Amino acid sequence: MSHLAVEICGLRLKNPTVLAAGILDETGTSMKAVAAAGAGAIVTKSVGREPRPGHGNPSIVELPFGLINAMGLPNPGINEYAAEVNEAKTSGVPVIGSVFAGTEDELAELALLMQNAGVDAVELNLSCPHAKGYGAEIGSTPELVEAICRKAKRATSVPVFAKLTPNTSDIASLAMAAEKGGADAVVAINTLKAMAISPEARMPILANRFGGLSGAAVRPVGVRCVYEIFEAVRIPIIGVGGISSGNDALEYIMAGATAVQIGTGVWTDGTEVFNKVCREMLRFMERNRFETVKDMVGVAHHGRA
Amino acid sequence: MIEVASHVDEVPAVKTIRFDAPMTAAPGQFMMIWVPGVDEFPMSVSYVGDNFGFTYQILGEGTKALAAKKPGDKIGVRGPYGRGFSVRGKRVLMVAGGLGMAPIGPFVEQAIAHKASVDLVIGAKSKGNLLFERRSMDAGATVHIATDDGSKGTKGFASDLAASVMVQKEFDAVYACGPEAMIVKVMGLAFAKGIPVQASLERLMKCGIGICDSCAINGMHVCKDGPVFSEKELKILSELGRAKLDLSGRKVPV
Repeated sequence: MSHLAVEICGLRLKNPTVLAAGILDETGTSMKAVAAAGAGAIVTKSVGREPRPGHGNPSIVELPFGLINAMGLPNPGINEYAAEVNEAKTSGVPVIGSVFAGTEDELAELALLMQNAGVDAVELNLSCPHAKGYGAEIGSTPELVEAICRKAKRATSVPVFAKLTPNTSDIASLAMAAEKGGADAVVAINTLKAMAISPEARMPILANRFGGLSGAAVRPVGVRCVYEIFEAVRIPIIGVGGISSGNDALEYIMAGATAVQIGTGVWTDGTEVFNKVCREMLRFMERNRFETVKDMVGVAHHGRA
Repeated sequence: MIEVASHVDEVPAVKTIRFDAPMTAAPGQFMMIWVPGVDEFPMSVSYVGDNFGFTYQILGEGTKALAAKKPGDKIGVRGPYGRGFSVRGKRVLMVAGGLGMAPIGPFVEQAIAHKASVDLVIGAKSKGNLLFERRSMDAGATVHIATDDGSKGTKGFASDLAASVMVQKEFDAVYACGPEAMIVKVMGLAFAKGIPVQASLERLMKCGIGICDSCAINGMHVCKDGPVFSEKELKILSELGRAKLDLSGRKVPV
């Protein structure tokens, strides 16, 4: 009998689909609604110290194969957001708190504040490509990633996940640095730095000019990144990027991911996407006699099931 | 991007832009309008079908820049998005306050095309601010007017006038669009009589496509589950009339 339950760093997930940071997670009630729709765990909005309004509009560009967004990390600040975490926790699924900051010390402090808010794990956003001074700007060298992870680990007792940027020539070395710094898992990938220009307006469409590309277009990049990371580290990997079907999730899992996150899939398929991915994965597992998701993790590296 | 075909004044600080292009949309649906280099914001469709268009109020820098666009200038349009109004029953009451008349304008026409009889309550500051009054009468609606200063129709709130119209006549369905306090009152009137009701709600909107959570209300989303909500949803939206999110996602009073 096949089943979808997975365990990652002690977190028990009824299925491996996790809501990605930045999607329907500004409010606790929305996160609860996503959990009720079938997600195995929830990642919160990326939260900082102070309230932040984010970038102006346009903050989204719709493309046939994905989205470019430059929301700019809007969030109410960790103090106010704690109430939303509380609300999300009543959903019964694990809640992973995403945090961002401009320095290692501030990020470690935020990780602790997020832990105090009651999350089951912390996800360090080392990879937002469209907020100046944050995210990818502090997460694109192995030295910084290692130092940040080490400080965050020292400050907290819950598992710490490092969300890595694909906007680098060597994501595997970032993953190794995260592992060396003590991260309990890595999350890959965040969005790819991107731009869309309106020829008629003769300017970039996004108010922030630059944004992050997500959706089906980035899946082959994400799968490749997870594949490379799997060969470089021993800690678990959470795969993200362009997942909206069981097959998409299986690509990541066979590349080496223990669980997957879904974000832009909510745009294409609504919150039903979590159930859909799970249903399709389970059907595949039954037909191919995989009992657990774990049995499939990394099998693409052996060239056979 | 699409060329502005016409740009006309409706009432003070309220203008309508129309395009030489068709759009299939339900009244109550919205589109995201981009003024390059300035801003992008949601706008209710006020004309559907051929030569679609929208009607807006000049409120800030973005709409001020929009107001300067001339026929031939191009602006960005994406959409339509969300869920609009649907005609339910043969005798309907629509209640619109201020710019709430923008989506109700085309809905009056649609309901009458569906052979419904329409009673319309329009509320505005003064007689000069009554949007689409003539348009609605031409479509065949029975129009009731409430103004804050009593310069036309009844002096007072649209919701109070709606209450008295509901005493005089029976309705199969009630529709509301306008200030949140008005919506809450009209909704209450319909609930009390057990009449189906739909209301168009407003929250801060960023993405417009159901992912960013900035227009969340009780875990539902104005851009995707709304803007038009029906009685079943309205009954559970405890934040309606009370709380909304600001730009940074902080809960603030309505």
